[in-house]
Amino acid sequence: MYRIVNKEALKPTVILYEIEAPMVAKKAEPGQFIILRVDENGERIPITIHDYDREKGTVTIIVQTVGATTEKLSHKQAGDYLQDFVGPLGKPTETEGKKKVCVVGGGVGCAIAYPVLKKFYDCGAEVHAVVGFKSKDVVILEDKFSAVSTVLKVCTDDGSYGQKGLVTEALKELLDAGNQYDEIFAIGPMIMMKFVCKTTEPYGVPTTVSMSPIMIDGTGMCGGCRLTVGGETKFACVDGPDFDGHKVDWDLAVKRNQMYREFEMHKHEEACNLFKQEVK
Amino acid sequence: MAVNMRLDKNPMPSQEPDVRNQNFLEVALGYTEEQALDEAARCLNCKLKPCVNGCPVNVKIPDFIQKICEKDYEGAYQVIHETSSLPAVCGRVCPQESQCEMHCVRGKKGDPVGIGRLERFVADWHNAHCTEAPAKPESNGKKVAVVGSGPAGLTCAGDLAKKGYEVTVFEALHLAGGVLVYGIPEFRLPKAIVQKEVDGLKAMGVKVETNMVIGRVCSIDELMEEYGFEAVFVGSGAGLPMFMNIPGENLKGVYSANEFLTRINLMKAYREDSDTPIMNLKGKKVAVVGGGNVAMDAARCSKRLGADVYVVYRRGMEELPARHEEVEHAIEEGIIFKTLNNPIKINGTEDGCVASMTCIEMELGEPDASGRRRPMEKAGSEFDLAVDAVIMSLGTSPNPLIKDTTKGLEINRKGGIIVNEDGLTSREGVYAGGDAVTGAATVILAMGAGKLGAKSIDEYLSNK
Repeated sequence: MYRIVNKEALKPTVILYEIEAPMVAKKAEPGQFIILRVDENGERIPITIHDYDREKGTVTIIVQTVGATTEKLSHKQAGDYLQDFVGPLGKPTETEGKKKVCVVGGGVGCAIAYPVLKKFYDCGAEVHAVVGFKSKDVVILEDKFSAVSTVLKVCTDDGSYGQKGLVTEALKELLDAGNQYDEIFAIGPMIMMKFVCKTTEPYGVPTTVSMSPIMIDGTGMCGGCRLTVGGETKFACVDGPDFDGHKVDWDLAVKRNQMYREFEMHKHEEACNLFKQEVK
Repeated sequence: MAVNMRLDKNPMPSQEPDVRNQNFLEVALGYTEEQALDEAARCLNCKLKPCVNGCPVNVKIPDFIQKICEKDYEGAYQVIHETSSLPAVCGRVCPQESQCEMHCVRGKKGDPVGIGRLERFVADWHNAHCTEAPAKPESNGKKVAVVGSGPAGLTCAGDLAKKGYEVTVFEALHLAGGVLVYGIPEFRLPKAIVQKEVDGLKAMGVKVETNMVIGRVCSIDELMEEYGFEAVFVGSGAGLPMFMNIPGENLKGVYSANEFLTRINLMKAYREDSDTPIMNLKGKKVAVVGGGNVAMDAARCSKRLGADVYVVYRRGMEELPARHEEVEHAIEEGIIFKTLNNPIKINGTEDGCVASMTCIEMELGEPDASGRRRPMEKAGSEFDLAVDAVIMSLGTSPNPLIKDTTKGLEINRKGGIIVNEDGLTSREGVYAGGDAVTGAATVILAMGAGKLGAKSIDEYLSNK
């Protein structure tokens, strides 16, 4: 069992959890993920690592409450335990040897973009960041981002904060302004990553994406997380999660991720009803 | 005692096909005491004991059968347990027909003795009647790490624990058992039985650490240098599922058998209270591609989820690599075999779901390198098979995680870890066995390798 040391709601549905997992904390690197199970009958869900404290022996994740499992997780408090917490999984993001990079994050994906961005910064790169949110009330981690980036563009879909519009528009402005990036790193909803790649392709800038497909074991056994990359089948858990975004078959990846949408919506509703009953 | 010279073996009592193909309960119900005694009396207790040599772990078969004849069932169990750490498992999933029973003298005229069924009877008797936990041997103070808790790892751990080693088993998943829990379905091997075997090891002092992906959270080198393990046995299993590389393989509704079976067996997706989803197969059509035991498991699980199921295999019925008994069970349960057919593409709907699979008819030519007749396409024989899901059961290739993170560990062309006749890898103190070495094989072969690993590790550390 793995203790929740600290829980902090960054926004009503965006929650930070600090979990006691010394072995995972010891090895974790930016870009890697963990798999957790909340309880005995729980599903295994992959979540990318937000931060880690090797001395304290903790790993921090930021999770958006969207389905049954994340709903159950959101009802756990500091001091409670998670059934399972395994990691670090996947290959770390390659951050060495880059002079200038741009990191693009979308929504809760920013939670994951941050450690990658910080690692680029620590490795000596000049870092630009473009982060996008639906509206002002869900903007997270702005202070952290601004501390390690020389240019930070915050976008909101509705214009209630920062620049109005999508991250792709802000990114295009940076590219058109003549910024020569060694690499663009995108992390967020699949649809966002797809359009970031479409945006950067004409500029010929290498673009890496962090994929989060459906996954069960996370160790290269089940093959559920497979993607088509450059015409080949790849497994996100062992070959990734980072891939060359210009080679990913996005349409297929987006469709595969919706495989269990109905089941998930139904289960989420069930979980919500259960918690409502408990409150009564 | 008089030898029973009847030619046929006692049939295994089983759930009726039309009943069992709608539930996940165990198919074979096991011998009654009466049947066991009757079957045991068929053993000639011959001098040569060819059956023992046919067993990868050399269970003293005539000895345990004689104990049954004496109604000393616990004694029979102890005989088996001397050489096999997982009797209840082997009695159920070993391919006895190509091992011990194949060599049985009684098989020359009539059926061989039902050794597997007797082994299962004895193991189940022990589990039902014996509540005493196995004794914890005195520690010799030497630490050994076992990577993977499948049949190879559990056997190796058990044998070393008996000799007093302090064994820690590292398992990547949240539950110990490896393929016994994620791969083999409940109706062939109830998970409570696997749990009981694992609990038995724990009682002997074996530590089981779940959620530990060796190669990521900790390397083999770190296990030895930082954590003080003097030897390591790698039984990390088969790994990445293989696909055919045909168009449409990544459509929604195409599963690897590993994923499909893991959702069902490990995650219990067929139960209402599980949070893990699986495609609703009620009234749907499923094609399982492949003809091995795993394909039979996937087909029979699909049937139990309410689907009409085809097994699509490129060779003929005679060439199916699955155990005969599994094929027979599958046929009884209403699974349709479309042999001598090979998929060439999977066709999707607009929203990316499986709609059908285009197959081509095959015919068998001359034997190939494997000795089996080579399947060849019949030109112009393509046809579409309407299906809603496809389960690829084509085998696996070894998991790259350990080799990528262990310097100096040599692997063969297929990615399997290279070992010598003692199970030693190219690294001192690191032994390996099971599917991680051979590629996908059977439970009992993995157990044999685990046994060899334990013996070699004991010799190595005793002389160190």
